[in-house]
This record gives sequence, structure tokens and C-alpha cells, in this order.
Amino acid sequence: MKDLHTLTIDEVHAGYRNGDFTCTDLVRHLLNRIEKYNPKLNIFLRLNPEVLDQAARIDREIKEKGINRPLLGIPFAIKDNFLTVGIETTASSNILKGFMPQYESSVTQKLLDAGAIFLGKTNMDSFAHGSSTETSDFGPTLNPWNIEYLPGGSSGGSAAAIAAGLATAALGSETAGSIRQPAAWCGVTGFKPTYGRAGRYGCIAMASSTDSPGPIARSVYDCAKILEVIAGQDKFDATTSPKPTDKYSACSGQGSLAGMKIGLIKEYLLPEMRDDVKKLIYDSADKLSSLGAQVEEVSLMDPKYSIGVYTVIQRSEVSSNLARFDGIRFGHERDRFNDENKRRIMLGTYTLSAGYYDAYYKKALAVRTKIINEFADLYKSYDALIGAVSPGPALKVGASKDQPMFGEMQDMLLEASSVAGLTSASVPCGFVDGLPIGLQITCDQFQEMKALSIAHCFQKNTDFVKFPDLNSL
Amino acid sequence: MKYTPLIGLEVHVELNTLSKMFCSCPADHFGKEPNTQTCPVCLGLPGALPVPNKKAIENCIKIGLSLNCTINKLSKFDRKQYFYPDLSKGYQISQYDQPFCSDGFVVLESGKKIRIERVHQEEDTGKLQHTILNGKKVSLVDFNRSGVPLVEIVSRPDMESSGEAKEYLKKIHGLIRALGVSSADMEKGQMRLEPTVNVKIEDDHGIHYTPLVEIKNINSFNFAVQAIEYEVKRQLDEFSRTAIEKSATNKTTRGYDSVKKTTFLQRTKEEAKDYRYFPEPDIPPFALNDTYIDELRNTLPLLPDQIIAALIAEGVEPKYAKVLCDNKDSYIAYNHNKEKEGIDRAKLASLIANKKIDIGKDIPAQYQKLTQSGITDRQMLEKVVAQILAENPSVVADYKKGKTGVLGFFVGQAMKNTNGQANPQIISKLFLDLLSGS
Repeated sequence: MKDLHTLTIDEVHAGYRNGDFTCTDLVRHLLNRIEKYNPKLNIFLRLNPEVLDQAARIDREIKEKGINRPLLGIPFAIKDNFLTVGIETTASSNILKGFMPQYESSVTQKLLDAGAIFLGKTNMDSFAHGSSTETSDFGPTLNPWNIEYLPGGSSGGSAAAIAAGLATAALGSETAGSIRQPAAWCGVTGFKPTYGRAGRYGCIAMASSTDSPGPIARSVYDCAKILEVIAGQDKFDATTSPKPTDKYSACSGQGSLAGMKIGLIKEYLLPEMRDDVKKLIYDSADKLSSLGAQVEEVSLMDPKYSIGVYTVIQRSEVSSNLARFDGIRFGHERDRFNDENKRRIMLGTYTLSAGYYDAYYKKALAVRTKIINEFADLYKSYDALIGAVSPGPALKVGASKDQPMFGEMQDMLLEASSVAGLTSASVPCGFVDGLPIGLQITCDQFQEMKALSIAHCFQKNTDFVKFPDLNSL
Repeated sequence: MKYTPLIGLEVHVELNTLSKMFCSCPADHFGKEPNTQTCPVCLGLPGALPVPNKKAIENCIKIGLSLNCTINKLSKFDRKQYFYPDLSKGYQISQYDQPFCSDGFVVLESGKKIRIERVHQEEDTGKLQHTILNGKKVSLVDFNRSGVPLVEIVSRPDMESSGEAKEYLKKIHGLIRALGVSSADMEKGQMRLEPTVNVKIEDDHGIHYTPLVEIKNINSFNFAVQAIEYEVKRQLDEFSRTAIEKSATNKTTRGYDSVKKTTFLQRTKEEAKDYRYFPEPDIPPFALNDTYIDELRNTLPLLPDQIIAALIAEGVEPKYAKVLCDNKDSYIAYNHNKEKEGIDRAKLASLIANKKIDIGKDIPAQYQKLTQSGITDRQMLEKVVAQILAENPSVVADYKKGKTGVLGFFVGQAMKNTNGQANPQIISKLFLDLLSGS
């Protein structure tokens, strides 16, 4: 039998059904691994104190009623910006240290309703300000593939938890790259839904106009199963769409890509990109084409423009969203904001100030509209657009130091799709220097089914999902 | 030298919706135990999001419609950012450049139009309580009011006297109450007033404008009048000493001291806040269509001006029409009895307006008693009537043939025989009784 920590959702359910192991067995196994590896990797900030009791309850439910809920007994790692009742929630910031949520976030509530069990909360860049986990007030997470390297971020803890086999599935959130980039750097699958497809209520806001909760898991199919649970209108989030959701797990029915037209974004093969990374992207394009898709090179606005647009919009919203941490409530003074938090608050305050608003925020909104229109035009002809997730493989620990634009540079291939609110999968597509590389498959708004189907078909016909050897740790 | 005060008014009205503007907490906060009507949204907890209250927005639009505003097809909320301990999110959700309603007007009695610049929707803040706890001076925050729907009505500086300002305010107050969207109880802070005042001075050297002054949070019409009058005098005095004229940078904010009846400086423009408005990303913009706006228009009740016009058309004297319109119970009593037999509408309206009739008791009976005049002695009048009938048998015969118009002849005779002293209503009734009986 496969190791318990490598199993997918369906494999776990099969094990429960066959009586091979119980939820308690699986949770204990993962807790043991967490105990062993977490001190080195710094993935979990804290564990759910009730997890074993909850596992016992789930075992009784399985015994009595069988597996009647889609995620019953699936152990999740939850990014620390989702409010979870009974588990301290800090968004990796000291200013929220000791904060016990008064309510459950909409998506974690949906996971719980579907039978999921939470192992604990994972590390992230503080308030999601970064793409490395290095801005976390609780130290960086290390990449399970090589602990000299970063896992990416901001959902770095959730991605690393999957890579290291410390959880079966994970919840992340993406503002611009925060699911897809750490998934790529850790060699796992991440999925960013359309903005407004999954509710943000109870997810500590970074940039409200692009924040999107989404899954990080062992496979595209697992991501689809999780999305099936968390997608849909949230009555507490006015920006969620009333559009009906699809049965996303049906993406596994995609046998070939015949009839699909896929655009390979030329500008995303950056001049400074390593040839071996570029080759993996071209190979992926060939693979998709061999699966029946018609793949062509397409042209998109230079990614440098979306860096500017995204930075202005995101910093502006951050400066506003963090105003509630005013030092009067939540127990701690504002001096607990770290340098990156302060940099973002200051820049955002500046771009919204009288006399500068028109030059920065308003102009950024105008270019954002241009980006949206550009994508809309392309999606008239193409089912999906592909490119590298990140300019290269994971960078070394310390790489973000003294780099105030580190995140924006690492996410330069993801920002345009985020400001346009698109849906996108990040799937492993090979390795360079023993570090994973990710391919993004990006579709138009609310085309989750299409993105998942293409990504699943690609994953089923490739062999890039691997497990790092942790024995050397 | 000639001078003219220029007065604009900002009026805040707390709506009486069941729930708050962006969450489902009760909106009625007056006298409630502190912090018992709160939730993650109005407390501004991490991750909480606003979901707009449809009813509140409809009420805001109704206010706009009743003020003759244009309802904007595209509208949105914005964040108005400032720090204050009673502001839970560090920003207030308000409307900046695309309010729900703009460009309306109110017509004063004189026929003068006061232009309305905008009517927009926002949320109220919490409340600070400065008190002593265990011998220590403390400031406590009560978030029960946080997120209560607030509508702001902004006029142009079209009023030229405190009298006009008061009339405008009373009109707005009457309108809000007629719409039923707020009790607009000033003592409970459900309606708050902020006049902006300056003075136009014409002298030998030309026309001068004194610097703008905004007077904050006044909660009675009379205080508004007093504050405006004080401020006009103060500004004239200041101008005569300094000759400082209005500029883009010298607007100040003053408070009103209702005990000393004076205004006092609170803030100069240099200290003015930059609210860093930007579109609220948590609430999608609104696209309103004509059908929806017309539907709302159709739900509007009769408004004070319309009620007064209708009363005057029925023959009620304008001054009484106004009194009836201002007092809902009187207006209902009038409407309920105006069609009854033997009642003259103008007379009824004047009796009710002058409080000659107790509207809590039998209104027709009081009316009859108050309107009876002349000889009311039944026995004496019966004799007069019987005599007239006996003296005019041919006319009685005409009546019996159906010529009921002759009743007027009989009444005329009776009035003549009593030197005009008989009560015509009683006589008519007696004639009818005797004619039908004999």
C-alpha cells in the first residue's frame, strides 16, 4: 500500500471504505510527520487542539453512515488568513497574536460542512504581503525540495504542507499569484478560481478586489473536488456571483483536448528566463498539442504594465484594509506591523492621497480595464492561455531581503490574470536543478470547468507530480 | 453697504430600517444596552464584509425622488478614510462621486427654489462615552450605532436668512416623516444639521464674500437658527475688522455652544482631513434601470406639498391646510369626517386646526354643536314651520307631486318669519319631517 501521506482524496476515501485505516490513523500519521518535519520546515504555525477528537467523531460517522459527505475525514492544512473558530488566527502577523476568531470563514465552514478536518494553520507572508513567506512574523517556511530554498508565497505553508506530505489537501488564497506561485515552487497543484466564485467572508483581506480563496492539493482532480465544495454564492460576500457552479470533479472525464484552442503567451517567455525553464514550457505546449489541442503563440500586453497596475491597486486597498488594526482593539499596538506591512500601508496611503489619486489609483483602474479587455479579446479565439507560473524555479532563502518589489517580480506572469479576475490552474511541468517548475493554464472568468479539464488532461498524461525525499532533513 | 447671508445645509437622517446598512443587526439602537447589537461586520472584525441593505437604498432613493432629484443610473459606494476610535473599520462606507441621487430642489412658501446638490447613502459610526470608571477617566466605545443607515441631504447655498433655513429644514423634516423612512426625532439624533454659512457684502468697493464656515452637528431647528444668526453677525464683524475674503484655503469648521449661543472654532482648512476616498471594492457598483426607479416612484405616499395643494383644492384655507398637513392625527380626523352629512369641509378644517374640536371624541356631534347658530328652540321652530305649511297648501301639494325644490321656498319663509334668526339646518329637517309625515 502507498504511504498514507501521499494519498489523494479518493484514495483516502477508498482506504476508509475498505477498512484499511481510519481517519484517526491518518491524522495520527500526519501529526507524527508534522512533529518530525515541522521544526525544520516551519510549515504549520499551530495545530488544531481538537483534531484527534474530531477524527474520532468522523470515524464513528463513517462506521454508522458510510462516506456521505464529499470531503469526509480529509485532513486539511488551512492558510492562516482564514478565520477558524477554536484555532488562533493571525495571518502570520504579530499584531494578531492571540486572536481567537469569533466566527468561521465562509469557505472553511463549507469545508467543515463537507466533512473536512483541520490539522492546523499554515505559515504565510504576513497579511499575505509577499511571495516567499519571508515576511511572516514567525519566520519563513522552507521548501521541502531543498531547505535552502523558499516555498514561494503567500500561501507558502499550504503548498509546502502538500509537498512534504503533512496534509492531504490545503486551502490557500490568491491576490495575484499567492496560490499558483507557491504551488509551482513546491511542485504541487494549485487552483485560483475566478474572483467572486468562492466567498471571501472571514478571509483576512489583502486586496479586496482580487482576493480569491482556492485549493492546493495533490492533483487537479482533488482541486476540483475541493472547489466543488467551496465555490458558489456567499450571502456574506456581495462580490460573489450568483452564477450556478459546475460539477467540477467531472473534469476527469476530459480524455483528449481535441477542438481546444490554446494560446502560448509570447511575452511570458521572458528574455531573462533560463532556457531550460523555457524548454519545459515549450514541451508542455507540445504535450497539449499531442493531446489534441491546437496551440499557437499569442501576444499579450508586456507584463511590466500589470506589475504597475497591480502594485498601485493592491497597496491602496491594503492601506485601507489594515486601518482597522488601529491599536485600540485586538490587543496589540500598531508597532507590531512589520517593515513590509508598513511599506505597503505608506505607499497605498500615498497613492490614494488628494493630488495623487488621479495619477496613480485612477490611472491604474484605467489600465486594469485595458487588461480586462485584452483578455476578453483573446478568449474570443482561445479556450485557454498558457505560460510559466514563475520566471524560474524557487529562489534561495533570503532572496526577498531588501527587495521591496520581490513579490511583484516573482508574480509578474500572474498579475494580469489576477487583476482581470480570471481562473487559472498551476500544474507541475518538470524540474530544473531538482526544483519544480509550474505551468499556468488560464481561462476566462467562470470557465473553471475548462481550466480544470485541460489541467487534468495534462496531468494525467504527464508524470511531474513527485515527492521530495525528506529523510535527509 | 448691503449684505446677504448665504446658507447651505447638510442634513443627516438615520433611516428606520429593521437592520443596519451592511449587516443584519437591528438598526434601532436608541437606549439599548451598549454593544448588544453588534456582529463581525459592524465591529469591523478581520475578514468581515459589508452586504448592502436593499431597503435602505430604496429609502434613500425615495428621499431623492421626493426632493425632485435625478436618480443616477450608475452609482457606487466609496470608502471615506479617517481615524477615530468609534469608526470600527478605519473608514466609513459612503458615496463620493456617484451618489444615488443628485440635482433636486425644494420650493419654499415664497416660491423660492432651494437647490439640492445630492442625496447619498452612508453608515453611522459608533459612539464614544467619556466617563469615570473605578476613579479613572476613560473613554468607552458603544458600537450599537455603528453601521446604522444614514442618508445625507446636501443643499446648495441658496438660503439667504435663518428663516429660510428653518423653513427648508422643516420641509425636509416633514417630507422624511411623510415618507415614513425615519422618525427624524431630533432629540434622538435621528436628524442632524450642519449649516455652512458665509456672507455676501456689497459696498462701494464692490462685492465681497466672507470665508466659509461649516457649523457641525446641530440637533434642533432653533439652534440652527441661532447658530446661523450668530455666525452672520460674527462674520460681518470680522470682515469689518480684517477685510479677509473667502478663498480656496480658508474654510473653517466651528461648533455651536447652545448655552452661550455662540459658535467656536474647531478646525481650519490647514488641519482639514484628506479622506482618501476610493471605490469600495467589497460592494459591486449599482446599475439602476428606469423600471425600478418608476416602481419606487409609484410607492411614494402623498407628500406634504401635495397634501396641502389637495386640501386647498377642497376649499380648505391655506393656513389650516398647513396645520392639518403637519399633524397626522388631525389630517386623518379631517379626512375621515369630511364626507359626512351636513359637514362643510372648510369649516371642519378650521375647527380642527384651531383645536375647537377634540379629535379624540365624536367629531360630527361636536361639529354640529359648534356650527349651530340662531334659534335652535325646537318647539318654537316647529310652530313656525307648521304655520307656513298651513298657509301654503298649494305649495305643499307641489312638493307631494315631487317638486322637492320648493323646500327652499319653505326655508326662506321660515327665515323671513324669524327675522333670519332660525337655524337653517334645523328648519330644513323639521320641514322634511312634517312633509313626509303629513
